[in-house]
Amino acid sequence: MTAPLHFQSIAELSEHLAARRISSVELTQAVIARTKAVESRVHAFNSFDEPDALAQAAASDSRRAGGQSCGALDGIPIGLKDVIAVSGQPLTASSKMLANFVSPYNATVTESLQGAGAVLHGRLNCDEFAMGSSTENSAFGPAHNPWDLTRTPGGSSGGSAAALAAGAAIATLGSDTGGSIRQPAALCGLVGLKPTYGLISRFGLIAYASSLDQIGPFARTVEDAAIVLGAIAGHDPRDSTSFKTEIPDYRAELKRRRGPWKLGIPEEYFGAGLDPEVGAAVEKAIAFYKAQGCEIREVSLPHTHYCLDAYYVIATAEASSNLARYDGIRYGHRSREAKDVLDVYQKSRAEGFGDEVKRRIILGTYVLSSGYYDAYYLRAQKVRTLIRQDFLNAYREVDALITPTSPLPAFKLGEKSADPLAMYLCDIYTIGVNLAGLPALSLPCGFTAGGLPIGLQLIGQPFREADLLATAHAYEQAHDWHTKFASL
Amino acid sequence: MNYEAVIGLEVHVQIKTHSKVFTRVGAGYGHEPNTLTDPVVLALPGTLPVMNKAALDAIIKAGLLLGCEIAPVCKWDRKQYFYPDSPKNYQISQYDQPICIGGSVEIELPGAARNIMGEHKKIPLARIHLEEDVGKLNHHAADSLVDYNRAGTPLMEIVSDPAMHTAEEAYAYLTSIRHTMIYGGISDCDMEKGQLRCDANISIRPVGETKLGTKVELKNLNSISFVRDGIAHEIKRQLAVVAAGGKLIQETRDYDGQTGTSQSLRSKEMAHDYRYFPDPDLMPVQVDAAWKEKLRAECPELPFDKQRRFLRDYQVPYTITSVLIPERGLSDFFEASAQLAGPGRAQAVGNWIANDFLRELSAAKLPLGASKITPASLAELVGLVEAGTLLNTAAKEVFVAMFATGEAPAAVVARLGLAAVPSDAGELETWCRDSIAANPKALAEFKAGKDGAINAFKGPVMKAGKGKANPKLVDETLRRLLAGA
Repeated sequence: MTAPLHFQSIAELSEHLAARRISSVELTQAVIARTKAVESRVHAFNSFDEPDALAQAAASDSRRAGGQSCGALDGIPIGLKDVIAVSGQPLTASSKMLANFVSPYNATVTESLQGAGAVLHGRLNCDEFAMGSSTENSAFGPAHNPWDLTRTPGGSSGGSAAALAAGAAIATLGSDTGGSIRQPAALCGLVGLKPTYGLISRFGLIAYASSLDQIGPFARTVEDAAIVLGAIAGHDPRDSTSFKTEIPDYRAELKRRRGPWKLGIPEEYFGAGLDPEVGAAVEKAIAFYKAQGCEIREVSLPHTHYCLDAYYVIATAEASSNLARYDGIRYGHRSREAKDVLDVYQKSRAEGFGDEVKRRIILGTYVLSSGYYDAYYLRAQKVRTLIRQDFLNAYREVDALITPTSPLPAFKLGEKSADPLAMYLCDIYTIGVNLAGLPALSLPCGFTAGGLPIGLQLIGQPFREADLLATAHAYEQAHDWHTKFASL
Repeated sequence: MNYEAVIGLEVHVQIKTHSKVFTRVGAGYGHEPNTLTDPVVLALPGTLPVMNKAALDAIIKAGLLLGCEIAPVCKWDRKQYFYPDSPKNYQISQYDQPICIGGSVEIELPGAARNIMGEHKKIPLARIHLEEDVGKLNHHAADSLVDYNRAGTPLMEIVSDPAMHTAEEAYAYLTSIRHTMIYGGISDCDMEKGQLRCDANISIRPVGETKLGTKVELKNLNSISFVRDGIAHEIKRQLAVVAAGGKLIQETRDYDGQTGTSQSLRSKEMAHDYRYFPDPDLMPVQVDAAWKEKLRAECPELPFDKQRRFLRDYQVPYTITSVLIPERGLSDFFEASAQLAGPGRAQAVGNWIANDFLRELSAAKLPLGASKITPASLAELVGLVEAGTLLNTAAKEVFVAMFATGEAPAAVVARLGLAAVPSDAGELETWCRDSIAANPKALAEFKAGKDGAINAFKGPVMKAGKGKANPKLVDETLRRLLAGA
């Protein structure tokens, strides 16, 4: 039985499009119809432009009719996390601060996807300014997990995961600062890739923590993730932190790069707090690789326990600075109560930002303050170097690391929202990767007894996404988790 | 007790680049408000800075000109404070790793008289760093408007050691920086356009004391003479406070050049905590030897070095050099023309430039570059005068015509019939013989030793030459003939 169009992969749909079995307009209409059917329950979208999406689809069809198709993504509906700028479309970061902001320019990844012919149909819900692990910090209300609507899809890119898991997009982009792609991918049964820092341009991505932020794809399969990654990777002169490196054909490399690999199991990632069902599923995946002839080694990342501390110093410091521009002067929310310039700042920001954003701005401002800088920020940067060194040491022995993505499957909406520290612990297995600037992906590796998806994290070496994807692909080829869809 | 003042200056110089320091939109002055903006300048969500290499080239050049060490690696920091003229509410600057370290500025203090060179000193520099300029607020009755055209213009901050002691030194320091930056093509340093701005840190201490006193930062010194007046005023104010038994407080004061007064802006307790930290959007910059050497090759001779060379090699008077040196184009013009004119003629070239040329340029309101006079045509004019072919008075007329039309001097001389006569030495001799023969009385007097009698022969000769005979030549010819008579 073939899946409905809205649940098919890019690889499948691009063949249908190429063979003219379907048109992009038909596919886009199917995705729109599905979106309309589920959106009131999932709340994955912040904004959606149906006429614009259909016009993009029609343009794709006429390109194809003229023999000018741009490749596998041409005509494929892809949703963007609402922190990525699309010219002429709202860009809100799920914040009241930017509720009425329309971007006058395109992010580089937006231009890349447009150049590849993708149909960018909507902007997806997330935690406000990408700060959170459940999408409950969205000023526009939380997104819901399509596998269980009472639960979170994860965060911060929860809308990107929920839309894809619900069939409201064929692929989506998110951003990952501490796990914001991988954790929702795990909680929604999807492939989510956080590329090496510097592989994808950040130009046009609303900055949360500049030295950690990285855009990446959500996809139904590893192959789809490879296709989207290939379209958005590469050096961008508009981002000084983007890296000049050869971009391989990730999709073609999936078949060329075969194991067996040497895989490392970091002991620190399997301790207290790991849900037993998640742990068991990950162990099974490890057993699979072993059965395939991979060498499995225990490794140690001794500074893992400092990851959360270092992260919440560095990320909040950068955030306090990055979010200073939202002041009600040039654009964005301006308080009606403001009587003078100080009022404009204080009241606009007090009204425009939510609690978690304020919490992080205050923390970040504190750690950069005169007299505290050395004790907090500078020390956190030194710890960060040690954390990166841990990973690089491990890579002298192994090709990649296997860990759980999230210690828990999807939790109930409201379960952790009153306890920031409990929420921060959701990112315990993903944060080190951002601090070290490494690529990592989450892929489905089973379900709990209650039917909730479980994610496996593979952590790779800098700029070796092709190897990482191939390692994941080998697992996916032997399992059918990716063929299961949420019913709603 | 005797006190001395200690002054350190923070000078901001706008770098003259086509585009802004972190984005491609144009930089400039006098445009419609908010037309030199783009998403990066306006700090729209998601925008990122990218370093303008031309701005880096310019500041490295400035550092080389001032003898700074160029840091092999420098980085970029965010200086954070909220103000509506700052779109990101942080300014990208350099905190603890500036691009230029040390160096010095040579200054000249006023001499005993206008035509006497004053004392020279070297004021040591702490550092020069690169940052971005902010926008401009325009306050109205009910609201304030902000113009971001200036925001993101590359700006360098030149920080001196606290090593100056008088307002005159500060004035000379700023003047020297101005000339050097103009020479290097780094900035036009027009203070009215805000291209050169200055804050002063001023303190006083008992003579002989080595520790610095309580410092006051003086802001808004927005013309070179306000710098001198403002500092002089502040030193006087501090001395008066101490003389009255008062205690100075560390504060920032605003100087009003119109009224010659200052008032406190904020005290040390209210000083900003800028929460500097490295900008994660920009990579550190490595300046290698090849880059530095390429720029060093583009560095011009420093103004004071050039002045010393002109005094030594061309033997021009100090007053002339002090007219020529401040403007690089003018000194280049002089040098080209003096070389074409040949040995012994440089002073004449200098005089023509300092007097006639500048007067004509100013009357015509023309910049040097638009003038029709060339170094070659001026050298030719000087040559004609030196050869006796053209009299000084006639030469002035020729210069004005050359300035107006761009003709070669010989052509003007021919067109206006201004050549000294006769052009044939034989004819002059005939006139002289005739004059001597016609005046035996004067001849007798001359022979009797009355040298002044020679003048009696000159009148008829000048009359024969219709006023265009060269008096020097006439005198020489007469003396030669009289000696043989």
